[in-house]
Amino acid sequence: MERENTLLVVESLQTQFFTYGGVVKALDGISFEILNGEIFGLVGESGCGKSVTAASIIGLVQKPGKIISGKVLLEGEDLLQKSDREMNRIRGSRISIISQDPTSALNPLFKIGYQVSEPMIYHQGMKKKQAWKGAAKMLHQMGIPDSSGKARNYPHELSGGMRQRALIAMALSCSPSLLIADEPTTNLDVTIERQILNLVRELQQNFGTSVLWITHDMAVIAEMCDRVAVMYAGNIVELADVRSIFKNPKHPYTVRLLKAIPLSEVSGKELDEIPGAVPRLINPPSGCRFHPRCQEAMTVCKEDKPEGVDLASGHMVACHLYS
Amino acid sequence: MKSPPFIMLSSRYRILKKRLHPLTKEFGLTLYVLRKSLLAMIGASIVFIFIFIAIFGSLISPYDPNEIDISFRFYAPTREHPLGTDKLGRDVFSRILCGARYSIRAGLVVLAIAVPAGIVLGGIAGLLGGWIDEVIMRITDVFLSFPPLILAMAFSAALGPSLFNAMMALSLVWWPLYTRLVRGQALAVRETLYVEAAISKGASRWTLIFRHILPNCLSPILVTFTLDMGWVITAAAALSFLGFGAQPPLSEWGRMVTDGRIYLFQAWWVSMFPGLAIALTVLGFNLLGDGIRDALDPKLRRITEVKWKEKIRF
Repeated sequence: MERENTLLVVESLQTQFFTYGGVVKALDGISFEILNGEIFGLVGESGCGKSVTAASIIGLVQKPGKIISGKVLLEGEDLLQKSDREMNRIRGSRISIISQDPTSALNPLFKIGYQVSEPMIYHQGMKKKQAWKGAAKMLHQMGIPDSSGKARNYPHELSGGMRQRALIAMALSCSPSLLIADEPTTNLDVTIERQILNLVRELQQNFGTSVLWITHDMAVIAEMCDRVAVMYAGNIVELADVRSIFKNPKHPYTVRLLKAIPLSEVSGKELDEIPGAVPRLINPPSGCRFHPRCQEAMTVCKEDKPEGVDLASGHMVACHLYS
Repeated sequence: MKSPPFIMLSSRYRILKKRLHPLTKEFGLTLYVLRKSLLAMIGASIVFIFIFIAIFGSLISPYDPNEIDISFRFYAPTREHPLGTDKLGRDVFSRILCGARYSIRAGLVVLAIAVPAGIVLGGIAGLLGGWIDEVIMRITDVFLSFPPLILAMAFSAALGPSLFNAMMALSLVWWPLYTRLVRGQALAVRETLYVEAAISKGASRWTLIFRHILPNCLSPILVTFTLDMGWVITAAAALSFLGFGAQPPLSEWGRMVTDGRIYLFQAWWVSMFPGLAIALTVLGFNLLGDGIRDALDPKLRRITEVKWKEKIRF
């Protein structure tokens, strides 16, 4: 992989949560790279560590959680070594995040315009008035009609789609090099989802931002992403470009996941599902964490954790079937 | 369609709109919503009159509140003494006018101690957490486990009966309520997504506390403050009534009620009117407090807000 083209390198990142019930090994040494100007998808079932990955990158792992080891390199700088103050300067200006719930991610006391202008005030030293104008411009770019009027509204006066647009405006207002989108469309209906997807793709091209797109929706992945990492129980089990994942899935989990997508052609048949549930990560299965649910499990799967193997250029699989 | 004066008026409003600072506009909006509520306006008028009397009471009172004239003992309300006289022939009306200042002073002093103490301690407990939180909250638990008035009585009895000591005792009783309120708010607000969003925007620690967390804790504090003003006044009067607060000849309302209590059947006006004054004041503060709560709630004020915007746009 061309080194100078990489924006973010995550190397064997381990994040654990020290709860009363025991240590939750939420991330078990994941590694991936995000290139400049690409949309990188992170897909997996609920509770497989997608959001923890986002929180670990941006340095927002909450109290019982702790990053045990690993590296997060943004343009060559290790973010895990940064002090709080330094991280504050990076958050919002070089990395920003769009969260799942646009309703509660906006402070009810401040007008949209102020909240969108905040990153510009913090990072670019703008005066309030100037930043407000910038915010109105950002909102306009988000395709919000009457953007300077909407800037004077409070969050509760906007619809869900509008709020999500405002959040995206907020995230992009300092034109960061990496945008983390943590399931930004899960709370929206499909029409609005479509609009937001189009918007993000358009903006991503205009701003040249890289996007880490987190979702559990394979259809969105197919629509949006250039490369995809499939996560299972705190591990990345397969990483490839989006075409290979859909045309030529290798890992049994990916295969099953793709089979579980409802398709309109095959109606009347019962939907294929993956038996069982994501294991509790306090006491994860030995060896390959997927083996209890895997139909092709072998004895070695119970004992050894499979290493990632490069099958073709840029197609990585962590499974004993291929090693 | 529009007549010329109307257009002139509209252009004046436009200029006004441009000049107004956003904060002033916000304040104007809150006031406007408040003005639209009848009950809040009744409450505000009572409070306003009360404050006016507290400041100018001694100037407008017809008699000296402490002037004793035994020959005028227990005069029923007449034109000369609109609210009658007490056992020493003192004019009840004058005494009520001059007594207002003690009540408002009690309310303000107690809350001026209790509210900042509550904000600081509750904020520390809620935001820092850990053992500091435990220590502060267990102390407030100890305070809150006593019936408030009994505790205040115990404190003022220990300090010695006087109005000042009664105020100190009430502050000691009142701060845990605010500490608990602020801590709960701080805990809830700290965990909200918009605070996390503010962190991910790169807000510094202080911006976070003073812009995003504290303001979101404030509106219940403001409402409780206004409502509590009434309760503190009652509590101060109650302490005086029980003999732990103001001492004679101070014309404190609670004291006046207790002084007239023995003669209730012969001269009801001696106790009745100071009691009414207390009740009216508490009512005023409560109505105003409710009004402020409604005016600060962006969801409740919505309709009036739209009307206000239309008015400004005219």
